[in-house]
Amino acid sequence: MYETNYHRAGSIAEAAELMAKAEDGKLLGGGQTLLPTMKQRLAAPSDLVDVTKIGEMNGICEDGDGVAIGAATTHAEVAASDLVKQKIPGLASLAGGIGDPAVRHMGTLGGSIANNDPAADYPAALVALGAIVKTNKRDLAAEEFFSGMFETALDEDEIVMSVRFPGASASAYSKYPNPASRYAMAGVFVAKAGDGSVKVAVTGAGQDGVFRMPEMEAALASNFAPDAVAGIAPDADGLLSDIHGSAAYRANLVTVMAKRAVAAA
Amino acid sequence: MSKVSMVLNGKSVSADAEDRTLLVSFIREVRGLTGTHVGCDTSQCGACVVHVDGKAVKACTMLAAQADGADVVTIEGLADGTALHPVQAAFREHHGLQCGFCTPGMIMSAVDMINRHGPGNLDEKTIRHELEGNICRCTGYHNIVKAIKAASDQMAGMAQAAE
Ligand SMILES: Cc1cc2nc3c(=O)[nH]c(=O)nc-3n(C[C@H](O)[C@H](O)[C@H](O)COP(=O)(O)OP(=O)(O)OC[C@H]3O[C@@H](n4cnc5c(N)ncnc54)[C@H](O)[C@@H]3O)c2cc1C
Ligand code: FES
Ligand code: FES
Repeated sequence: MYETNYHRAGSIAEAAELMAKAEDGKLLGGGQTLLPTMKQRLAAPSDLVDVTKIGEMNGICEDGDGVAIGAATTHAEVAASDLVKQKIPGLASLAGGIGDPAVRHMGTLGGSIANNDPAADYPAALVALGAIVKTNKRDLAAEEFFSGMFETALDEDEIVMSVRFPGASASAYSKYPNPASRYAMAGVFVAKAGDGSVKVAVTGAGQDGVFRMPEMEAALASNFAPDAVAGIAPDADGLLSDIHGSAAYRANLVTVMAKRAVAAA
Repeated sequence: MSKVSMVLNGKSVSADAEDRTLLVSFIREVRGLTGTHVGCDTSQCGACVVHVDGKAVKACTMLAAQADGADVVTIEGLADGTALHPVQAAFREHHGLQCGFCTPGMIMSAVDMINRHGPGNLDEKTIRHELEGNICRCTGYHNIVKAIKAASDQMAGMAQAAE
């Protein structure tokens, strides 16, 4: 790792100020993606601004029929939250399936979505639930926020403060984890809203990151059962193909994961 | 360079370290506690697991500066004098190790999982799932799982006896 200067911010204003002053600063969440990248010398920020001790960016609270989660909240905290389990069980189980216990103790919601790894789990939940990402500058709908593989709508230095997840009358996430890394080869989040409409979002499989499956959504809106999606798969053309699995294999996995998610919801 | 201070295995320690110093380097090289191992150095194997403020973390994937002000426990901090921690004793009893390289991380992860689920509340499936971040090249895991189950059950007995 190249040399860097570590700063611990006590407030969002202080974090923004430290970033503005830094030559080439980077926000530090749990460091579970950024530190490995720095160790490989693929990133070399002059300054790291740790946002995890900022009070207003930590914790989970009720927000209308859903929940609001601070960006520095760890995956372990989301997985263990009684409020999340009660309001959006699919979200709690998704967080509990990220990586392994040690990664979940450090990794944060904000870090995960800001990174937007095409195989990360959270993007599927944000898109399927219609979440709103609150930054220090504006509110962004999940579908605007995720703009491509490792790409988001965030400006340089923009800080994710929290995410608001509307409640769902049914929700579940099913992923087929890569057996070595536990990242999703295909992960499907299914959410049924109070008005009966359904959203299905897929991670791990798309070349541009998370995407929705409108055909599955329409089928599930009229018949919320695993069989309703059994014959529906995404076009393999837009899917990832790598040593872990071909695009055709992933297309089939999406169907299987969608069926399992509907069965679990 | 900054001063890093923490409580390490119950003792307050403080040392100057470059900001890029990893927690595992601080523990091994600055403090000379070599029980915490580095297996992969890429966040995969769990040989470096320690507890920071009571939670299992990979010390190769955390800066010492991030742990400034924290309470850190390593494998050296588990035993009570010459009396092994129940998880350490169970690994010995059940042959939960061969070369021993993964063992410090395995034991720190095991103690963390018993703390989170509560003593006596672990079944084989849960233990295997919880060990996702710890890799062992020798044992084939069976005896590690047996040792954790035995320690968890024994600790439940101890907790009951204490009541
Ligand atoms: C062994 C291992 C297995 C893993 N398995 C999975 C898995 O199965 N599924 C999965 O989804 N992920 C997985 N991960 C990734 C993990 O979830 C990370 O925690 C996450 O991707 C990054 O979160 P972080 O808090 O650690 O962020 P960091 O690593 O600290 O930061 C990541 C990026 O986000 C930026 N950032 C951080 N916080 C903010 C903020 N509040 N606002 C704006 N930008 C910010 C940083 O500048 C950086 O660019 C795994 C990681 C490891 C090491
Ligand atoms: S050395 Fe830290 S996870 Fe392998
Ligand atoms: S005992 Fe040798 S790696 Fe586990």
